[in-house]
Amino acid sequence: MRFMIMVRANTQSESGAMPEEALIAAMAAYHEALAKAGVLLDANGLQPSSNGWRVHYRGGKGTIIDGPFAETHELIAGYTLIQVRSREEALEWARRFPAPFGELADGEIEVRPLYEFDDFQPSASVERFPRIDASLR
Amino acid sequence: MPNPTHRAIEAVWRIEAARVVAHAARLVRDIGVAEELAQDALVAALEHWPRDGVPDNPGAWLMATVKHRALDKLRQDALHAKKHEAIGRDLDALEAHVVPDFVDALDAARADDIGDDLLRLIFTACHPVLSMDARVALTLRLLGGLATHEIARAFLAPEATIAQRIVRAKRTLREARVPFEVPRAEARATRMASVLEVIYLIFNEGYAATAGDDWVRPALCDEALRVGRILAELAREDSEVHGLVALMELQASRLHARIDTNGRPVLLSDQDRSRWDPLLIRRGLAALARAEALGGALGPYALQAALAACHARAHRAEETDWVRIVALYDALAQVNPSPVVELNRAVAVGMAFGPQAGFALVEALAADPALTRYHWLPSVRADFLAKLGRLDEARSEFERAAAMTQNARERELLLLRADAMRSGR
Repeated sequence: MRFMIMVRANTQSESGAMPEEALIAAMAAYHEALAKAGVLLDANGLQPSSNGWRVHYRGGKGTIIDGPFAETHELIAGYTLIQVRSREEALEWARRFPAPFGELADGEIEVRPLYEFDDFQPSASVERFPRIDASLR
Repeated sequence: MPNPTHRAIEAVWRIEAARVVAHAARLVRDIGVAEELAQDALVAALEHWPRDGVPDNPGAWLMATVKHRALDKLRQDALHAKKHEAIGRDLDALEAHVVPDFVDALDAARADDIGDDLLRLIFTACHPVLSMDARVALTLRLLGGLATHEIARAFLAPEATIAQRIVRAKRTLREARVPFEVPRAEARATRMASVLEVIYLIFNEGYAATAGDDWVRPALCDEALRVGRILAELAREDSEVHGLVALMELQASRLHARIDTNGRPVLLSDQDRSRWDPLLIRRGLAALARAEALGGALGPYALQAALAACHARAHRAEETDWVRIVALYDALAQVNPSPVVELNRAVAVGMAFGPQAGFALVEALAADPALTRYHWLPSVRADFLAKLGRLDEARSEFERAAAMTQNARERELLLLRADAMRSGR
């Protein structure tokens, strides 16, 4: 089972300021523990939304809207992808995640299970879905 | 119905069990005893945590608890020895000599002690004094944290058989006085080969079940991958470890393409490559790059990973670089000569240089006694015969292969191909 741990953005992460040394160390230690337990698949930090954009769809037309975006708390600042044997194991690893903006600062992470291959019934659309990935390789 | 706390404890246990057993084993130098002590620590957790709440650092709690149990055990043993042998030594002195301060000093001296303990545990579980079956069971039990009934189910064996196998393995280690250590120098390389073999065997048991109706048992693949990834962190400088991890990641990337909706196997060339898992391919290629970056000639696992990478890089089967694959099989035949490698090389030669060239190599192998019971030989022969238009011979070879395989799904596929020869495709 794969789970994605997402770090919610805040004004600090949106400012693009690099985290403090202690936080970097805590994150490194946590991800090292994940790797040593053989459960880490992928992890990345995301740049502020001011460096990104959105595509807004309406009436069959897509419009590009450049960042930054105001609703900071709705944004994602980073993610960690893990593979574990049970939901409880994912819960336990999530519990160990360092407070994402420093030990005493407010912060929030959100964890979501990924759809597994077997969750989908075979269909023409499902067949096409991973092909998009494959073409990017 | 277990309550939430029990499920949380079980999850913590799955995460920590191997480390806890490894820690205890270094103290008491016996993995059988270590596992019992670890179980005691788990029982203590099951007693305390539902009442007092799960501690902030449950891993540290378990480690401290098992350490105390281990020290108690050593004290008792020392006391016992003193009584019986009437050693006129002061117990305190003995204790100080045998356990706590000494161990603590070592703990402080080594930054990554737990990692070392885990590595010791892996090497001990895969010790050559044990049968291959015992190594597999012990590795799944100690490193995978799998319960006996789970191992039994994975290997389609009665639970009692697996339980007995594990008990016997622990006894063998004790009687052979196998030290709880990471072997040094030359011994390390041969022992590492045994470790890698065990992990890959577990993976393959899941990937292509040797018996029964299930073509794949993905849980075993996941478990082997997990242990492999752990090992890659513990033995970062070992090229073959990364080679094996790369090989498993790349093969696992194809898990969902290897069977059709009816559960029948699909050949590599016929697989829908859009079903390959791009994340695992990326991880596999990265692990292969790590193996290559460590320098030196590639070992058999890294070479096999390089072979798998050739397929992974081809977006369509027709884009496969068969000439490079032949070259890699040449290299593999050098480091790991075997008729099975030669057979695979023949297939690659057939793809790179035409069926006539490949078929000639297969014919040369047909007399090899090592391949007489290997169902891929008639299957490969049949495939070449079909390509050469010798359909009657191809059909009887497919049928022969079908009769030789123990996998029901595979047999079905081979009989289908035999049938296709009759109708002239």
